[in-house]
This record gives sequence, structure tokens and C-alpha cells, in this order.
Amino acid sequence: MQLLLKGGRLIDPPTGRDEALDILVTDGRIERIGKNLSESTAQVIELRGKVIAPGFIDMHVHFREPGYEYKESIASGCEAAAAGGFTAVCCMPNTNPPIDDESIVHFIHARSRVALGGLVDVYPIGAVTAGRKGEHLARLAELSAAGAVAFSDDGESVYDAELMRRALEYSAMFKKPIIQHAEEPSLTKGGVANEGYPSVSLGLPPMPRIAEEIMVARDIRLAEYTGGQYHVAHVSAAQTLDHIRNAKAKGLPVTCEVTPHHYTLIDEALSSFDTNTKMNPPLRTRDDVEAMKAGLKDGVIDAIATDHAPHSYDEKEVEFAQAPFGIIGLETALGLAVTELVRKNVLSLYQLVEKLSTNPRRLLHLPTIVIAEGEEANLTIFDPGAEWVVDPSLFRSLARNTPFGGMRLVGKPIGILNNGRAFWS
Amino acid sequence: MPLHSKHLLGLDGMSREDLQLILDTAVSFREVLERPIKKVPPLQGKTVANMFFENSTRTRLSFELAERRLSADVLGFVATGSSVSKGETLKDTARNIEAMKVDMVVMRHSAAGASHYLSRVIDANVINAGDGSHEHPTQGLLDMYTIREKHGRLNDLHVCIVGDISHSRVARSNIFGLKTMGARVSVCGPATMIPREIDRLGVDVYHHLDDVLPTVDVLNVLRIQLERDAGRLFPTIREYRQTFGITRRRLEKAGRVMTIMHPGPINRDVEISADVADSEHSVILQQVLNGVAVRMSVLYLLSTRN
Repeated sequence: MQLLLKGGRLIDPPTGRDEALDILVTDGRIERIGKNLSESTAQVIELRGKVIAPGFIDMHVHFREPGYEYKESIASGCEAAAAGGFTAVCCMPNTNPPIDDESIVHFIHARSRVALGGLVDVYPIGAVTAGRKGEHLARLAELSAAGAVAFSDDGESVYDAELMRRALEYSAMFKKPIIQHAEEPSLTKGGVANEGYPSVSLGLPPMPRIAEEIMVARDIRLAEYTGGQYHVAHVSAAQTLDHIRNAKAKGLPVTCEVTPHHYTLIDEALSSFDTNTKMNPPLRTRDDVEAMKAGLKDGVIDAIATDHAPHSYDEKEVEFAQAPFGIIGLETALGLAVTELVRKNVLSLYQLVEKLSTNPRRLLHLPTIVIAEGEEANLTIFDPGAEWVVDPSLFRSLARNTPFGGMRLVGKPIGILNNGRAFWS
Repeated sequence: MPLHSKHLLGLDGMSREDLQLILDTAVSFREVLERPIKKVPPLQGKTVANMFFENSTRTRLSFELAERRLSADVLGFVATGSSVSKGETLKDTARNIEAMKVDMVVMRHSAAGASHYLSRVIDANVINAGDGSHEHPTQGLLDMYTIREKHGRLNDLHVCIVGDISHSRVARSNIFGLKTMGARVSVCGPATMIPREIDRLGVDVYHHLDDVLPTVDVLNVLRIQLERDAGRLFPTIREYRQTFGITRRRLEKAGRVMTIMHPGPINRDVEISADVADSEHSVILQQVLNGVAVRMSVLYLLSTRN
């Protein structure tokens, strides 16, 4: 099986390449790269004006299996990832049972190998604490050996300072990051929305920004003290970025990610009490959104990750306070990135590829994808100029919980190649 | 002239014209309540469901009386006795009730935004009878009605709301409505009970009663929830009483006559002393009576939209 990708703009940060070239892929391997290639037996795909990049990775998704397959299964999640242009995802451990045991890691690997024939690489993230209870360490060595790429209690903070210290010390032995859902729980108890407009005008119990900032400040000191690798999930508050910026300036192994919704939406979107505007961390202010964009631009923010959090229709069809936190993001990520970042001159397409592929792979110590002759084809192909309107009924995800339905976006995935397979959106 | 909205979910964003219309219409219903026969026919043949997911004797009785005075058929429940305790969702409960051909739903709920949500999933008119710490629009309206009745106007009056503003739906509805009508609104209470960024609402903030009382025309004293976050928002009832309790002595010190309001139920000798609550400047019982008239006005105006 041969594919000839004609005339696409090849953006490959690991080699620094950014030019229009043809790529001949034979049986999943890049056979030739060059200008004006021809191959009579190959299926030709015309890609003038389109982008070919090393496969995108979403380092923060919730694939609900095992335990909550009615929200999303590994199979449906992989389809959503493929449709969104991602060749890899990292799935968070708040499943039931949680990923705090090697058998769950093996289970996820097994499930992902049969989903779309193993097209999408699914990298499990192990729990930091046993049962995600925040009391004692999970078996990080066992999880690491089984293939967990990082550790997180995402959904909950590792709030016990001593435990966080030990987790950073212990995980450093395997050179794997602790990914913190940064939230000082005593400051957000009962909270459902940002402190500010939603708490003042809508009477919603507040989750102040300082809850995130304080936890990150503490953790950075612990990371410095222990030498552990620390990554902040879904940064949402402007002040949090100041701490991360300072840590990076000191040369500490501290990184962070931002979600598309935290650089797109503000807390005033909650005015109709739509439960698809309820997530944790909550939507913040315009200043925070601007800070997220500035952080992406100046490099403080390493990666874009969606925090894809599927919930069933009925779970979100309740009063705001009762609804679970979270929205899905895999199938709108690229469109929101091009629309909000590239079109608004926050990032170049090249920098966008770094945030969606190169940087997250590097901080997770995953193999670098190189677009070169002889390499396996692990590619994301997208059209940076395609305009479309988000229609959640067309999503591959089992879930529909998105606040972006009806939104007009620019930038759309065309397809992905990975593990000898292809998927065309 | 009909109301602009099909529902009464809150006073936030409601136009001056709509507020005026509700208050003006309430005047004629207030007259009805003085008649020997206190019943009028506008809602004859209409059915109103009172869904109270939180008990509130005062508000529930006030709505029920308003509905009956307008000749509506009335049904309702308080959550403890209903299917809610069996785990049914709000949507299912409401749609089941609506399936019995109910025209209007009055709902009290502990979650902010519950009535907004309800208005999206049923066709009936929805009246918010209090949603969490968000709004209690008919309370705001009856407070405005009572102030207007006493002072003849709302604009340029200084209304001060005292107590736990953060958790008060009464405060929010009063602030939204009074600001639209041109009143000056201030809040006074412990810093722990004033929400951050309250300046968004255009109110002045005080933490010492003696600073604000000398300029106040209307003092609206909120009930202190004795059980709330025991000891975390204020240390003791005694300290609250001594710092923020409204007493005759404190009012005399201010040297100004002001109207005293309270949405009830009163914790006597906590947020307000008996000699103030029962004084000649207190309009607390007028508020209760006006509440029936204002609710009649809202029910009537919403029913005539259809």
C-alpha cells in the first residue's frame, strides 16, 4: 500500500524543516521525500496549501474505560482522537478501578491496540496515590515498568505536601513527571465557578484563582527541593504562569499545558448556567485568557492539551451545581488552535506544531517523531484554511458535552497516519 | 403592555419598564387585598405548580395565596415528600408535572441557576422563588414595592443591605432591581461575607455600621444563617450581634430616621433587636402583605403574555 502526499507544507520542528514537499509512504514507512515525486502505483493525495506535521499528541484526555464506558470507551476515544488529528493521547487514571495497578495499564494497552487497529497510541498515566485517595503512594515503579508515562491524580490535587515531596523524589528515579491538578482544596471547597463574575452576579460558589497559584508555588519549591520533574495540568490563572516562568528561568524541570477552552472562553460564558461551561479549573477572566495566549507565545506554556472529559447527556442535563466538571475537546482542538492562536497571531503554524507534538513528547520523554526517509510515518495532516461550523452530532466521541457547538472555526484535520494505518477525517 | 420575558428568573438585566410595570400592576392587586372579598378571576382555568425543593413556609404560602386570590388551580410539593428523594432528576420531575397540563411553575431550589435550567426544559412560565445564592426576584420586587410605598420613589434613595451578602439571593435581587431604578445601594457586613469584586454590581461597601447609617434611608437587614460554615465566616453569634446587630441604640447614635426592612424569618436579638423590628419605622409586616400583591402582579402579567 503506497500513498503519495503531494505538495503539502511539511512542518517538522525536530529537523527544523518547513517547506512544501512530496512524501511517498510505503506500507506505513516514509520511503522518499522530495520535490515532484511520482509513483504510478501510489494513491495520490493532493495537499497543496495543507500542512503535514509529526503526529499530534493530546497529553491530557479522559477515556473513562474501565468503569464508565457509557461516557467514552477507549475505542470511541481513539476514534475521536483520530478525527481530531491526534496520533497519540495520554489517558488520565481516574477510571474505575483507577490506573494504580499494572494490570490496568496492560488492559488499556490491549484495548487501544484493537481500537482502529492500533492507529492511535494510547499512553496511560498512572495514579500518584493508591486509589487516587491522596493518602499513600501508588506503586509507581510497577506502573512505570508497565508503561505509564507520567503520574497524576488528575481531578484531585495531591494536596498533602509531604506526599507530593515523596512522589517527586520517587518518580525522579524513573525520570517521569508528576502531573499536578493544581488546586488547594480548602480554598475551593464546594466551588463550581471562578471567583469573580460567576460568584458575584450568579451566586455560584467560588473557586478562586489563588487556589491554583498557591499549589503551583508550593509544588515548584518542592520540585526544586527534590529534583523531581513537575508538570502543571490545565493552567488557568495568569499568576500561575508567573511562578512557572520564574521556575523555568531558574532552570527547573517545570512545564505546563493549557486547554483550548482556557485560552478561548471567559467566565461570563456561565451567564446562562449552561453546564457545558462548567469545568475544573473553571473558566477565568479575559485577563487570564490574554495571559494564556501570552504564555503560549513566549514559551512558558509548553503544550496544548484538551482535558477531553466526556460525560453522558443526562449527566450534564441537570442543575449547574449538580453537573460534573469537564468538556470534551479532541475534535475541536485543532480548529480552536488555528482560530484563536494562529489567526490571531499568537503562534505561527510551526510553533503550533511544537505545542501539539514536539514539546509534549519531549517533556514526557517519548520518542521523537522525525519526518525523514526510512522513518515510520506518524503524521498529522490538516488544512489551516478550512472553515467549518462545529456540529457535535458529527463527533466520533460518544459524548457531546462541548460549549463550542455552532461555533465557526478555521482549521480542520484532514487525516493521520500512524502504525501503518491511515484515518481520513 | 406585556412583560418582555416569558419567565421571571431574576432581576439582573430586567428593564426599568418591566420593573415599573410589575410594581404598578401590584398597586391594584394590593387594593384587592383590602376588599372584603379578596378574590379576582384573571387566572381562572390556569394551573400553577409550586415546586419547593427547599422548604420555605413564608414564600410558599405567599405564592399559594397569590395564586388562589387570582383564582388559579394550585398544586405543589415540598421536596421531602416527593420523588426527588428517590433520585429523580429535576428535569424528569418538572416534565412529569408539566405533562399534567400545568401553565406556570413556581420553583424554589438550592442550586443557583436551577430556574434558568428549568425554563429551558419545560414550556410553562417559570417563576424563580429563590435559586441558591443567586436571585429571589419576587423578594426583590416586594422590597422595592415596599420602599416605594413608604418613600414614594426609588431613585436617589440610599438603601443599605446588612449581613451575609455573599450567600444572599435577596441581596442580589435587591441590588439588581434597585440599581436599575436609580437607587443608591450599599452593603455592610463582615469582610468574609461580602463577595470579592462586588464593585461589579455598582454598590458601595462598608464594614462598620456607624460609617454608613448616617446617610441611609432604608436599612434592609438580612437573616444570619446561624448554621453556615460554623465559625469560619464569623467567630460567634455574640460577636456578630455586637458588630453588626441593628439595635435602637445604634440607630439613635446615627441620628437619622430610616425605614427598617427584613426578609424574614427574623433571628431576634441576633441581626436585629426587638425594639427595632417592632418599631414604628419597621415595615417588616408590610413587606409580607406586599409580597402577596407583587406575586399576584407577576403571575398575572406572565399569564397574559401567552
